[in-house]
Amino acid sequence: MLIYTLKRLVVALLVALTISLISFGLLYLSGDPATTIAGESANQAAIEAIREQYGFNRPLYEQYFAWVGRALQGDFGTSFYFKVPVTDLIFERLPVTLGLGLSAIAFAIVLSIPLGVLAARYPNSIVDRLALTISVMGQAMPSFWFALLLIMVFSFMYPLLPSSGSETWVHFIMPTVVLGYYATPAIMRLTRTGMLEVLGADYIRTARAKGLRPRVVLFKHALRNAIIPVVSLSAVQLGFMLGGSIVVETIFALHGTGYLAWESIRRYDLPTVQAILLVFSLIYIVLTFLADLLNAWLDPRIRVG
Amino acid sequence: MTKGHISKIRYLALAGAAAAALCFGAPTAQAGKADDTLNIAWDVEVPNANMYFDTSRNGVIIAHHVWDALVWRDPATGDFKPALATAWNVVNDKTIELEIRQGVKFHNGDPMTADDVVYTYNYLAQPDNGILNRNFSNWIAKAEKVGDNKVRITAKDTTPLMMLYITELGIYPEKYYKEVGPDGMGLKPVGTGPYKITAVEPGKRLEFEAFADYYDSPKGKPSIKKIVQRTIPEMNTQVVELASGRLDWIWRVPQDQAERLEKSGRVQIINADTFRVGYLALNAAGGPEDSPLRKQKVRQAINHAIDVEGIVKNLVRGSSQVIHSACYPEQFGCTDDVKKYPYDPAKAKALLAEAGYPNGFNTTLYAYRDRPQNEAMLSNLAAVGIKADLRYGQYAATRDALRKGEVPIASLTWGSNSVPDVDAILPIFFGGLPDDLAKDTEVQGWLKDAASTLDQDKRKALYKQALQKIAEQAYWVPTFTYTTNYAISNTLDFKPTADEIPRFWTAKWK
Repeated sequence: MLIYTLKRLVVALLVALTISLISFGLLYLSGDPATTIAGESANQAAIEAIREQYGFNRPLYEQYFAWVGRALQGDFGTSFYFKVPVTDLIFERLPVTLGLGLSAIAFAIVLSIPLGVLAARYPNSIVDRLALTISVMGQAMPSFWFALLLIMVFSFMYPLLPSSGSETWVHFIMPTVVLGYYATPAIMRLTRTGMLEVLGADYIRTARAKGLRPRVVLFKHALRNAIIPVVSLSAVQLGFMLGGSIVVETIFALHGTGYLAWESIRRYDLPTVQAILLVFSLIYIVLTFLADLLNAWLDPRIRVG
Repeated sequence: MTKGHISKIRYLALAGAAAAALCFGAPTAQAGKADDTLNIAWDVEVPNANMYFDTSRNGVIIAHHVWDALVWRDPATGDFKPALATAWNVVNDKTIELEIRQGVKFHNGDPMTADDVVYTYNYLAQPDNGILNRNFSNWIAKAEKVGDNKVRITAKDTTPLMMLYITELGIYPEKYYKEVGPDGMGLKPVGTGPYKITAVEPGKRLEFEAFADYYDSPKGKPSIKKIVQRTIPEMNTQVVELASGRLDWIWRVPQDQAERLEKSGRVQIINADTFRVGYLALNAAGGPEDSPLRKQKVRQAINHAIDVEGIVKNLVRGSSQVIHSACYPEQFGCTDDVKKYPYDPAKAKALLAEAGYPNGFNTTLYAYRDRPQNEAMLSNLAAVGIKADLRYGQYAATRDALRKGEVPIASLTWGSNSVPDVDAILPIFFGGLPDDLAKDTEVQGWLKDAASTLDQDKRKALYKQALQKIAEQAYWVPTFTYTTNYAISNTLDFKPTADEIPRFWTAKWK
């Protein structure tokens, strides 16, 4: 198990490095970095000075290896744009994105698993239909539109919630709902399908025949088995949410890492982009790993096998 | 439904109600007038508050509030008035001497002296100072103290815009800046301007407070006590916060949203012109040998083909003006007395036929903003037989391709860095620099002459000559001026200027 884990970690690191190499190259293709950093109004002298100062006149591979060399020592450099260490920048903004991602996945799970279980318990009933409607709406509604709709209702018509900023937990209510709702359909449908399958299994019939209470059968016997794929899916969804909360962070002016990454690409803030990518690939890898552990805990067959 | 279910539902309902109650009590920023705080939003993150290390528009705005320069230019009249210098004397083409004002204090309480002026100018003159904003400081050779309160500044070359540049260069406190360096200045800025910065959260938020010890400056004393700037990237969010009173001032509101906001009756919309002009740059001297754009008649045909007036009326709207010349109408040296090309597709077709393209030709149009306008221009071109592919990309990538000579037609804009003089536009695009696609040596010569004299009448005449030839040769298709919509609270008295530098020290509550 330990060797297996270590192997996976090494592969994961290689994946992260490959991602950083590709992103490095892609960013370079998007235009002259010196022109971007200098800004529209800069004259040629200023652009040349920047090229010199940031070392853009050196060969690409040299620039990349210089970055890798420093990164391996934990030095991600200084943001071209903010002129502060990238590490500070990311750690200042990561809590916003992590907090948002975790609360959104929690919201999605709390909403979708009970709905999924209910839908499977009463298939083709009104509950099932309702759950289906909620799920279809979540899939059909673009998150920017949903976000603006919530803002219109809860910040403008009934000014209950703040529409921008991240000072208090209240600021996170609407972003959580928007981001979480986006993940709801997938989790709910997987729960429903899994439950339907499990509920038809022999051991459930046995459990029922033993005279166990329906609730115990449903939650203790059925859900535990049905939820295994849901755990993996939730981990993947959380990864998506961390990386993909750009729209939500932009609309609610949350200033998290998603928005930072997006803006940094536009600004050609190479050290920031590279560091964020690395951090996110690592988080993603860790999440998948944790999901495997959680599955092993839920299902002894995985543990033993 | 069992009893257990019901009690669960009841519990959830209670939890929801509790959450709602907490929300009611949540602190929200209050409308500005009540606590004398002007709440403003920008859509771009401010990297830091060190004016020489931020090339963005916001950096310029911050600079005007936090730092004063030696001389101040009245945006209404264009006159130069004494600011940190009380008097000045242009000694010769390259030298100016200034009398430094006494009794001025920096925000940290230190007195501002001639030494600070000398230090700032010499710092800006160092090639390795790392500053990003060099447009206004490139000309400086050195500064020296020639009396207790007298400073002499020498230029590298004859600099016709020297006075204008001086008005843009804020004076830094020598002692403090040496202590904290550029990064420290970015986080805790110190200047002599009407507002001091009391909090910097990089990218998120800035707090300004009226400087109580502000000297008797021609800018005037600020009336509003506090300004809070927040970064809200999404315009829709900004609009909602303005309409619900959490913001007092936003700008660059798209026309359709502005019209809707105005109907709400809670905010005023001011549509104001800016220095930014749009144009199509035609690759007149580059590209393949047989490129149609090398022919004057083809370029003139393109000018006739584009219905600028229609685009302005239907797509741009607001107070945007149609332009015929390669400059912003209010800039010094700009003239409308040039050859004009009214919208006339028939004439465009005739010109194309004369040039040997009776059936038009295929080409590519590069653009980086304003998709609807560009698509309108594409259909205008198609109507006379010019089939152009739209290549829509990032600004830097578009400009790179253009400089490599790969771009036949580029739809671009230029804001002249808000400099009210054609020197900030013509030499860049027609003076032989990398963006010069016309490569017209005659025009280049006139522009060079204009840049090496302080005789303003002579400059004007030379620029006119250049602009007339640019229009005659149809190197560009000048299109329209860009306007911007300011949406502000009904309680605020604010007047915009075309240079897109909001001057909040002149703003008042009604």
